[in-house]
Amino acid sequence: MSELPGDLKYSKSHEWVRVNDDGTVTVGITDHAQEQLGDMVYVEVPEQGRELEAEEACAVVESVKAASDVYTPLAGTVVEVNEALTDAPETVNQDAYGAGWLMKLRPASGDALNDLMDPDAYQAFIDAE
Amino acid sequence: MGNRTPLFETHRALGARLVDFAGWDMPIHYGSQLQEHHTVRRDAGMFDVSHMTVVDLVGAQARPFLRHLLANNIDKLQDEGKALYSCMLNEQGGVIDDLIVYFMHPDWFRLVVNSATRDKDLDWINAQAAPFDIDVIEQPELAMIAVQGPHARDKVLSVLDEPVRRPAADLQLFFGTEHGDWFIARTGYTGEDGFEIMLPGTQAAAFWNALKDAGVAPCGLGCRDTLRLEAGMNLYGTDMDESLSPLVSGLGWTVGWEPAGRDFIGRDALQRERDAGPRQKLVGLLLEDKGVLRNHQKVITDRDGQGEITSGSFSPTLGRSIALARVPVDTGARCQVEIRGKRLAARVVKPPFARNGKAQIELDQG
Repeated sequence: MSELPGDLKYSKSHEWVRVNDDGTVTVGITDHAQEQLGDMVYVEVPEQGRELEAEEACAVVESVKAASDVYTPLAGTVVEVNEALTDAPETVNQDAYGAGWLMKLRPASGDALNDLMDPDAYQAFIDAE
Repeated sequence: MGNRTPLFETHRALGARLVDFAGWDMPIHYGSQLQEHHTVRRDAGMFDVSHMTVVDLVGAQARPFLRHLLANNIDKLQDEGKALYSCMLNEQGGVIDDLIVYFMHPDWFRLVVNSATRDKDLDWINAQAAPFDIDVIEQPELAMIAVQGPHARDKVLSVLDEPVRRPAADLQLFFGTEHGDWFIARTGYTGEDGFEIMLPGTQAAAFWNALKDAGVAPCGLGCRDTLRLEAGMNLYGTDMDESLSPLVSGLGWTVGWEPAGRDFIGRDALQRERDAGPRQKLVGLLLEDKGVLRNHQKVITDRDGQGEITSGSFSPTLGRSIALARVPVDTGARCQVEIRGKRLAARVVKPPFARNGKAQIELDQG
């Protein structure tokens, strides 16, 4: 288990959020999540422009084993999706916090991040699971 | 804690991800299911299948009993060591289980049945055996290791002791040979050549480690499932069960109709279904759009016919999604599959999808 990046926020459904300089946020699934799911073979990302409610199922990651929903940790509008995953879903396994990102959102409100976990809290959360 | 095979600690030491499988703690993979899949298609991999149930039928009436018990005709086995795949049916023609039977000696046949169906299988076999003068003997102390892949046989032979190496090397496809407590058969569930080896559980870990040193990769049940699906082999409980006959499960070829006088369990019901014409069939599907076919997804055929995927997954060999599906018997060359509310295009194909290291179907066809 690799160390959790310190600059990210984490959800109980195993997504991570990074705040970008332009006010958007990038969302992906955690390394713990990809490890549990196994080899990715298909990723379905939301349509650009879609308005998401917090905790709405908005993407699907499919490993050889099973399909799993991805829930957006915060409400917002999808401004960009990671098209490269269509042909290279294994990127989620290889680089969950980097090239394996799923989508960028413009958050609906500024304080939504407060409900998410910092790395220590998330580590404790997965240890307890 | 579930049941554990003699190799449980070995799996744990190898870093396997263990899951519950029919009450057994079994490895699903040791790191990457995809990589293990490719290793079996390209080189050699091994599976702990010790959870499967081995049942010996011993006695002069073992053959007459199997003539009655099994839908396939046991009299196809005339040479010692030969194996036969068969369904075991109920009176309604539904599949209680599918199994492999080996002809060991004239008064000894060995069955390998599924672990998930162990209890009901043993109950059924014992009940049916009552009028016959035979002993039904489970062999729970036997471990079973399946070694599969184009290089599987060579690698196994390299670690076998001299007295057993020669007969193992000489085995024809679908034959087995016994040597003391060991039984080595050229059978499998992956669509690749290889061996299935039964041996005393106390010797399993040493043999497993010797195979590993010989370059055989440990593989989990995860890729065993994608390999068997690519090979077009049914999985009991998902592709067929007690409510479904072999005729609607792609297993009509395993029914031994001849001789007409052989009175096997389920024959009358099966004959009626055959005369009326089965209304469904099991076919292969190749997804043409992006996505992954999964069990229980709805299949829509021409004229609004409906079917269901019985086994769906991603095919590592083809790089596409494939499935077995039960569809109306008049289903044509194309259909649609409903995935999360969307209808995706699929082509109806004849399995196997892949075996002996190669794709068996054309991926792109107008």
